Amino acid sequence: MTKVDLTVNIGKLKLRNPVMLASGTVGYGNEISEFADLNKLGAIVTKSLSLKPRKGNPPQRIVETPSGMLNAIGLANVGVEEFIKDKIPFLKQHDVPLICNIAASTVEEYVECTKILDSEETIKAFEINVSCPNVKDGGLQFGNDLKAVAKVTEAVRTVTNKTIIIKLSPNVSYISEFAQVVKDAGGDAVSAINTLVGTSFNIFTRRPKIHNVNGGLSGPAIKPVALAKVLEISRKVDIPIIGIGGIMNWKDVIEFMIVGASAIQIGTLNFIDPTSSVKIVNELEEYCEKNNYKNISDLTASYII
Amino acid sequence: MQIVKSPLIETTEVQENIFIQKVHSPEIAAEAKPGKFLNIRVSETIYPLLRRPFSICDVDDEYIFLMYNVTGEGTGLLAHKKPGSLIDILGPLGNGYNFEDDYDTAVIIAGGLGAAPFPFLTRKLADKKNIVSLIGGRNKKDVITYNLKNVLTASDDGSEGMKGNVVDLFKANMKELTKKKIKVFACGPTPMLRALKNVCIDNNIYCEVSTECAMACGFGICQGCPIESSHNQDTYLLVCKDGPVFNVKDVLL
Repeated sequence: MTKVDLTVNIGKLKLRNPVMLASGTVGYGNEISEFADLNKLGAIVTKSLSLKPRKGNPPQRIVETPSGMLNAIGLANVGVEEFIKDKIPFLKQHDVPLICNIAASTVEEYVECTKILDSEETIKAFEINVSCPNVKDGGLQFGNDLKAVAKVTEAVRTVTNKTIIIKLSPNVSYISEFAQVVKDAGGDAVSAINTLVGTSFNIFTRRPKIHNVNGGLSGPAIKPVALAKVLEISRKVDIPIIGIGGIMNWKDVIEFMIVGASAIQIGTLNFIDPTSSVKIVNELEEYCEKNNYKNISDLTASYII
Repeated sequence: MQIVKSPLIETTEVQENIFIQKVHSPEIAAEAKPGKFLNIRVSETIYPLLRRPFSICDVDDEYIFLMYNVTGEGTGLLAHKKPGSLIDILGPLGNGYNFEDDYDTAVIIAGGLGAAPFPFLTRKLADKKNIVSLIGGRNKKDVITYNLKNVLTASDDGSEGMKGNVVDLFKANMKELTKKKIKVFACGPTPMLRALKNVCIDNNIYCEVSTECAMACGFGICQGCPIESSHNQDTYLLVCKDGPVFNVKDVLL
């Protein structure tokens, strides 16, 4: 049996396998590297970076929900400057493509962040977060507006030749319209999906369980929604899709690829089993061997409907 | 810090709805320190999804002990596990108490399940320091004195020990206690820790508190458990990684 080719392409970016770690679930890589060999992964995506450091929301930031969790971290991050100074040196020691997730409140701020980070060789791509549901000034307000998504994509395109991925919100009527806009504006790929807006209340105090009232729902509870959104994009728009939403094992990865994903991101699972990503890579290889897929990329959009 | 699956030896209900579980986990036992915690996955399915944090209640040779009360699905599932079941443990996590510095008497102050980390600390301090344990709760059922030494109790309703809270109990014994050099080790609800902080600062007493906050991962990647720092208002500390034990002067409660 010849070795399975696990490589996948996202725009200009070639990954050794389709398993990426999602933004906001691996910090800047150092803690999770104690559990997972980063060099075995397709890519890692940093916590959202903003131009200036952000303190994030007060507690409580997290609540568990049925087969899922709500989070309202509020984009807490060290800011681009400290990221370059303190975080990149650690990531440089690893042979794994680094994708920087960028969050901002204005088009200018997205551009400025990308410009500053573009000169760092370790950074192979940018994932532009236009869909964070947890901050008042930005994030989702872009993600809900076709023109704004087009504008951000176009503007970032002017300052980098690296792969641009736009992380899309599921909190819209037709996500494929947003993917089309990204493609038309020069974006290379889309990530789908970011978290779904949700809330949870204490029935005795009648108060919200998280300080921000609303949070972003993630985990296996959202997987069927994420699959439907990936499929919608896949059927309507010719653009690479990075599937995200409640992946718990290798079977979920295959399912995302069948409905249209070229690669996937593991998010909430990192909190529960930080060793899972590397295991999943090995299991994907076994699945391909057993089912005679020479290239895992053949699975992408292989659905029969 | 590692993930291990360790067999449950036995579960004992030491008082109403307070469970002690003995688990054979040489790996965790070797790294454990009083005040550090474990993040335990109670189900292999997706419900409940997240791990649950537990204090390390005690360590004896290769065995670790957990203490908890059943408050929901997660602890309910754990309490019903049969001997021999494997417990999926991530840990030990966070920073524990600094108990080897210069003082004569360790004053342990706990409210309710805040007593959980102190059997281990008591074991570590045995024969080295004097120990006084001030233990409080809402009522008799809530006052947990399992494997503690030199215990004085208080309860809000007066059903156990002094009527009042554990900080009142501390104040009532302050004069006697401070005849020697003391260090306070505390764990309990945030309002209790806040009241205790004021007393300790007013009386210039060194105090370490174990804090709590809802969290997912337990080791810094989810950023879910912020706590306000006394020294830098621009950024939060994380309960899981920077704590859960802090010098009471370093955090805003």
